[in-house]
Amino acid sequence: MKRTVCLGALAITGLSAGFASATTLEDVKARGELNCGVNSGLVGFATPDANGNWVGFDVAICKAVAAAVLGDGSKVKYVPLSSQNRFTALSSGEVDILSRNTTWTFSRDVDLKLDFAGVNYYDGQGFMVRKDLGVTSAKELDGSTVCIQTGTTTELNLADYFKANGMEYQPVSVDTNAEGEQQFLAGACDSYTTDASGLAATRAAFANPDDYVILPEIISKEPLGPAVRHGDNEWGDIVRWTLNALIAAEEYGVTSTNVEELASSSENPEVRRLLGQEGDLGAMFGLDADWAKRAIMAGGNYGEIFAATIGESTPIGLARGLNAQWTQGGLLYAPPFR
Amino acid sequence: MAFAHDAPERGFRLSQLIYDTRYRSLTIQAVTMILVMLGVWWLIGNLLDNLNALGKTFDFGFLEQRAGYDIAQTLIPYSNDSTHARAALVGLLNTLWVSLLGCIAATVIGVVVGILRLSNNWLIARLMTVYVEAFRNVPVLLWILVALAVMTELTPSPSAYRGDDPAAQMLLFDSIAFTNRGTHIAAIEFTRGLGVINTPLAPISLNFVAFALVVIGSIWANRKLRAHAARVQEATGVRPTIWWKSLLILLGPAIFLLLALGITFSLPVLERFNFTGGLNVSNALVSLWLGLSLYTAAFIAEIVRAGILSVSSGQSEAAFALGLRPNRTMKLVVLPQALRVIVPPLISQFLNLTKNSSLAIAVGYMDLRGTLGGITMNQTGREIEAILLMMLIYLLISLSISGVMNLYNRSVKLKER
Repeated sequence: MKRTVCLGALAITGLSAGFASATTLEDVKARGELNCGVNSGLVGFATPDANGNWVGFDVAICKAVAAAVLGDGSKVKYVPLSSQNRFTALSSGEVDILSRNTTWTFSRDVDLKLDFAGVNYYDGQGFMVRKDLGVTSAKELDGSTVCIQTGTTTELNLADYFKANGMEYQPVSVDTNAEGEQQFLAGACDSYTTDASGLAATRAAFANPDDYVILPEIISKEPLGPAVRHGDNEWGDIVRWTLNALIAAEEYGVTSTNVEELASSSENPEVRRLLGQEGDLGAMFGLDADWAKRAIMAGGNYGEIFAATIGESTPIGLARGLNAQWTQGGLLYAPPFR
Repeated sequence: MAFAHDAPERGFRLSQLIYDTRYRSLTIQAVTMILVMLGVWWLIGNLLDNLNALGKTFDFGFLEQRAGYDIAQTLIPYSNDSTHARAALVGLLNTLWVSLLGCIAATVIGVVVGILRLSNNWLIARLMTVYVEAFRNVPVLLWILVALAVMTELTPSPSAYRGDDPAAQMLLFDSIAFTNRGTHIAAIEFTRGLGVINTPLAPISLNFVAFALVVIGSIWANRKLRAHAARVQEATGVRPTIWWKSLLILLGPAIFLLLALGITFSLPVLERFNFTGGLNVSNALVSLWLGLSLYTAAFIAEIVRAGILSVSSGQSEAAFALGLRPNRTMKLVVLPQALRVIVPPLISQFLNLTKNSSLAIAVGYMDLRGTLGGITMNQTGREIEAILLMMLIYLLISLSISGVMNLYNRSVKLKER
């Protein structure tokens, strides 16, 4: 009950704090800090490192936005959120961006009054089981016990999938990924289900990752992306185009190391507009001309971030797959900067 | 010399509201009331403004929508096609179920521990002190998690029961299997059952109804028998031997009914992943129940001890002087007087236990907070509505418990004539 009351109080007081005031951009500038809602601990996506600094794929979005808006990618206050309290935290104004592997769905966009700034990871729901269970397909999971995070789209997909295939299951509801990991390792469930990227990240943190397999079935579409509150379009634009800038930067070969050089030497008009050498794109939404340059310098372009946090050279080892540039057969496609 | 006495002014002046002690308290109360109302009005107005700004409405229509999620522990039929209202009801019943089990266990343990803590046996009294201090000084959430850890770590996984030389064996003629997911117990079934009546709320098993009626009838008959024995004892001074008649009345009809209905047991069977068939008592329920009961029992033990100490020692000395044995002294002299001290604080412990049951999500037990206040709230985004509804329900549960317990309190309290 304690937490419930907290949430309620949070919703009520937070609402009063969040909306009586100015726009989110002005708030963030006045505060000098970006409040960013992240996962409370998912290796590769958002997790504190040994020194207590937050690192990860979702964290990099926060850093890029902070760099674009405040000029410093480290001016971020990370708010760890569970799958249950993330939307309340966003709509109450506790966080300015929710960058917490959150699936873009119709009802969240429309009914929960969120705005998704885009997709930073195209994902799908999968299952992980112990190897010695001898299961090779999700279709063999009839009668099994499944660990599942509550308040997620995966919870609903799971019910739909088992129903569509005429199978039975016992759900074991957990609150956070850490809890799910613990229950799964303790054998309280036969399989653990969440987004395939989350499964890979979770497995990478196991003591013996090789004892576990991720089943081939992907049972849903899970476009994950950063979300902001509905109604503040200017702020939504800033987050959307920061993400697009990171994606476009990879497409045009702009990296954190060559961005300074390209800014002065590039002949490509699109790159020049992106890096603020031509036109005044930044001024259109209240930022200066160098916003995208700073965002790219904060953690690199999309490809650099991917490779450093969850790519094939990391323990998580995710392939680009759907998340490659459209020129490489993937789905990433930044609209033109003009 | 005559003074013209002015008649004291009868009229009412506004300044009296502040300077006249007769009116001052009223003024303060009125001003405070207005401030409180303004505060509430501001909060509500603010809430409505902000809901407007977000474009959200305030309505409970979401309760009629399809829930779409599954719940592990259900006392009434539920599927993911049921409504959110049904899911909330499932959660509510789970809350009530674990609270009821918890209140019973906590009372039994608490009374025993409370009495034993006053024991003359040094070891027992000290052990009980350790128990009470350990349990009531550590947060209940930790005890619930400890209970879950013990349940899952000490029990084998279902796969340990597999194979020619399994690592684990089922107990009692294959009727009980402890696993790290739950305890699977053989269920009672009837080959000549009476069927069920389907009501919108839950199907009612006629077998159960018949059994309950027979048991109630037996208890009633047994009370008649005991009353008769008491009358004989008063008239003749000799109490007739009735224990075997009692036993026959209590057990005979029930056993006969069970045999007539063709009782069988359906044993849990190990399938591909889990045991199926039989009753499944999940570890989530057991660990929540254990954690809550042991924690609350520590408080109840202290209440019971205080109640017993409130009865002056002269009472028990007098009872001993009359030749009553210690346990009869406790039962006939001390406890009846202690109860009037014990019951009021006991009520608040029951309320605490019920409210603490909302920690259930920590072990994955889907109570009201897990369904309505957790998944439903999250999937529909109706935070304000869900929280208000949940607060209202918890309020109603608590008031009902207080109401019932106050009735009981009235029956045990000191009768002043």
